[in-house]
Amino acid sequence: MTAITTVSLEAHLQERIAGGGKVLLPYVTAGITDDWVDLVEAIIDAGADAVEIGIPFSDPAMDGTTIQEASVVALDRGITPAGALDQLRGREYGVPLIAMTYYNLVYRYGHERFAADAAAAGVRATILPDLPMEQAGDWAAAGAEHGIENILLAAPVTSNERLAQVVEKTAGFVYVVSTMGTTGERSDVDDAASILARRVKAVGSKPAVVGFGISGPETAVAASKDSDGVIVASALMRKVLNGESVDQAASFVAEMRVALDKAYPPS
Amino acid sequence: MALTEQSTSDTFPEAASPTHMGLPDSAGFFGEFGGRFVGEPLIGACQELEEAFIDAWADPEFRNEFIDVLRDYGGRPSPLTECANLSDDLGLRLLLKREDLNHTGSHKINNVIGQALLAKRMGKTRLIAETGAGQHGVATATAAALLGMSCVVYMGEVDMERQSLNVFRMRLMGAEVIPAMSGSRTLKDAVNEAMRAWVGEVTDTHYCLGSVMGPHPYPWMVRTFHEIIGTEARQQVEALTGGLPDVAVACVGGGSNAAGLFAGFADDESVRLIGAEPAGGAAAGRGVPAIVHGMKSYFMQDEVGQILEAESISAGLDYPGLGPEHSHLALNKRAEYYPVTDEQVVESFQLLSRREGIIPALESAHAIAWVVQEKEQLAGKTVLINLSGRGDKDVRQVQEILDVQDGTVNGAAQ
Repeated sequence: MTAITTVSLEAHLQERIAGGGKVLLPYVTAGITDDWVDLVEAIIDAGADAVEIGIPFSDPAMDGTTIQEASVVALDRGITPAGALDQLRGREYGVPLIAMTYYNLVYRYGHERFAADAAAAGVRATILPDLPMEQAGDWAAAGAEHGIENILLAAPVTSNERLAQVVEKTAGFVYVVSTMGTTGERSDVDDAASILARRVKAVGSKPAVVGFGISGPETAVAASKDSDGVIVASALMRKVLNGESVDQAASFVAEMRVALDKAYPPS
Repeated sequence: MALTEQSTSDTFPEAASPTHMGLPDSAGFFGEFGGRFVGEPLIGACQELEEAFIDAWADPEFRNEFIDVLRDYGGRPSPLTECANLSDDLGLRLLLKREDLNHTGSHKINNVIGQALLAKRMGKTRLIAETGAGQHGVATATAAALLGMSCVVYMGEVDMERQSLNVFRMRLMGAEVIPAMSGSRTLKDAVNEAMRAWVGEVTDTHYCLGSVMGPHPYPWMVRTFHEIIGTEARQQVEALTGGLPDVAVACVGGGSNAAGLFAGFADDESVRLIGAEPAGGAAAGRGVPAIVHGMKSYFMQDEVGQILEAESISAGLDYPGLGPEHSHLALNKRAEYYPVTDEQVVESFQLLSRREGIIPALESAHAIAWVVQEKEQLAGKTVLINLSGRGDKDVRQVQEILDVQDGTVNGAAQ
C-alpha cells in the first residue's frame, strides 16, 4: 500500500465507503505491551482502514472495565503521551492513525505542541470523548493547523437539533455511540446503534462509524448494516490482556475484515 | 429562615452576577473554571438537570418544601455554639456552626434533600451516589428512604474498610453499596464508577453528586442547596455578636460545606474566607488546572496530566481536586486555602473533644487545626468554624492511631 497519510481521514474513509465497503477501525492502547507498535502495523496489514491509538489516562470515565484495565497496565509500564507519539514516529503506516484520549492530557501537553507531535507521528484525527462540541473549538482549530481532524460523538439520547450540529462540526467521521453505557464488548449491539446511524446519515454526508460493544465479526456485520463501519476496542484489547500474540490479535482483525467484506462487498 | 435570593427567571442569565459567588455563566463557568466536560451520552442529562433545577428553584412551592423538610426532618436551623473553653485556650472568640447536629450527622443532608426532591419532581425513581467517608452515601440513602426511591452508592473499596459502620448504615436504610475497585479505590474512583453507571441508567436515575464538583449544573446547584449554612450562620453570628466574624473557616475536599458557608459571607469583604485542605490532597495549594470529572478545576496531577491519588486520614477529603468555584475564589484571592497535616488533625480531633465535649468529624477537624495553627495571627478575632460533621464514624480509626502511638488516649492528648 502506498503512503496515504497526507490524505485526510475523512477522505480516506469516504473512498472505501464510496466503493460499497464498510470501514474497520481497531483500537490499540499505547504501551500495553512492548510490541504494541508492531501490533498496530499487524492489524493494518490485517485490513484495518485506520487505527485508533488509545493514550491512557488515569481516570477514563467513559471506558468500561477492559479499557480501564488496559490503561492501568500501560500506565504501570510507564507510557506517557509524549512517549506514545515518539514510539509511533518513524514508521510508515499507510493508513491514518487516530489518537483517542481524554482532554486533560491534550490540554496539559498544549494544543499546538500536541498537534505538531501527533501529526509527526502519523496521527490524522483525535477522539476526545470528554471534550464536547461546545468546548472543542480551540482544540479543533489547533489540530486543523496540522491536518488533524477532531471527531465528535453522537449518542442515542442526542437530540435532533444537537445531532445536526455534531454532524456539521465533526471532522473525520461521526462516532456513533451504540448504546447508553461505557465501552466494552456486548453479545449484541443495540438497535439504538442502527437508529442513530440512520439519523446521522439523514442529516449529512459524514461517515457514521459505530463504537462501543463490537465483540467480533458477527456484531461488526450487524452494526454496519445502517452505518459505514465499526470500531473494535475492548474485544481486541481483551485478547492482548489475555496474553495473545501480535499474530493472534491481528488474525482476529482479519476475521472481522473478511466478515465485513463478505457481507458488504467493496467494488 | 431565609435563603439567598436566586434568579427567578426561567432563562439562564448570560453573565455572572457581580457578587463573588454569583451565578456561573451559561456554559457553567465560574471565571475560567467549571464547565461541562462530559461524554455525549451525559450532555442531555446535564441539560435536563439544569433546566429542572432552574425551574424548581424559581418555584416557591419547591423552595418551601425544601425548607420544610430540612426543618422537620433534617433538624434545621443548626445551632451556633460559642466555645468558651477553647476561646480562652486560643485567645480568640471561637464560634462553631453545628452542622454535625443535622440528621445523619453532617451538612450533607442539605444537598441530598434538595437533589432528591428535585429528582422526584423530574420523575426519577432511583438515586445513585458516590461517597468517600460515607457521609454523603448515608445522607443519600436517607433521602431515598424518606422519599421512597431506590438507591445505589459507589464507594471506594479502601473507604469501605475504613468506614464499615457507614456501609452498614446505608444498607440498613435499604441502599445497595457497590465497591469501586479501580485505581486508588477511594473517592475519585467512586466518582468514576458513579458516572459510568449513570450513563447506562440515565432515563430513570438521578446522579446525586455529593459535592460542589462535576459537570454544570452540579457545582452551582450543590452550593445553592448548601447556602442555607452561610445564611443561617450570618444571622446567628450577628445576633450573638452584633457583627460579622473576622474569619470563616471550613474544611475543603470537594468543598461543599465550605461553599455553603462562604456563600453567606462572600460579599462581606471584611470576612476572611479560609479553606483547610488535607496536606496530602491540597489541590488549591498546588494550583494546576485539569479537566476531569466533568469540570475544569485545580487538581493534583503529574507533569503530563495524570491525576494523582490524594492521601488523607479523612476519607471525606481524600480527593485530588476541588470544586471549580473554589478554584475561582482561590485565583481571585477572595478565599484562601491552606494545608494541614494528618497529625494536626488528630490533635485537633482530641482537642475539641476534650475541651468542648464535641467530637468532630476528621474532615471538620481540619478547620480546627488551621485555627490552632494560626492562633497568634487570629488573637482577639471572632472566628467562625463550620463544624461540618460529627466524629462518631471516626472514633475507631482515631483510637487505632492513638493506640499505635502510645497506648492511651490520655497520653497522646497531653
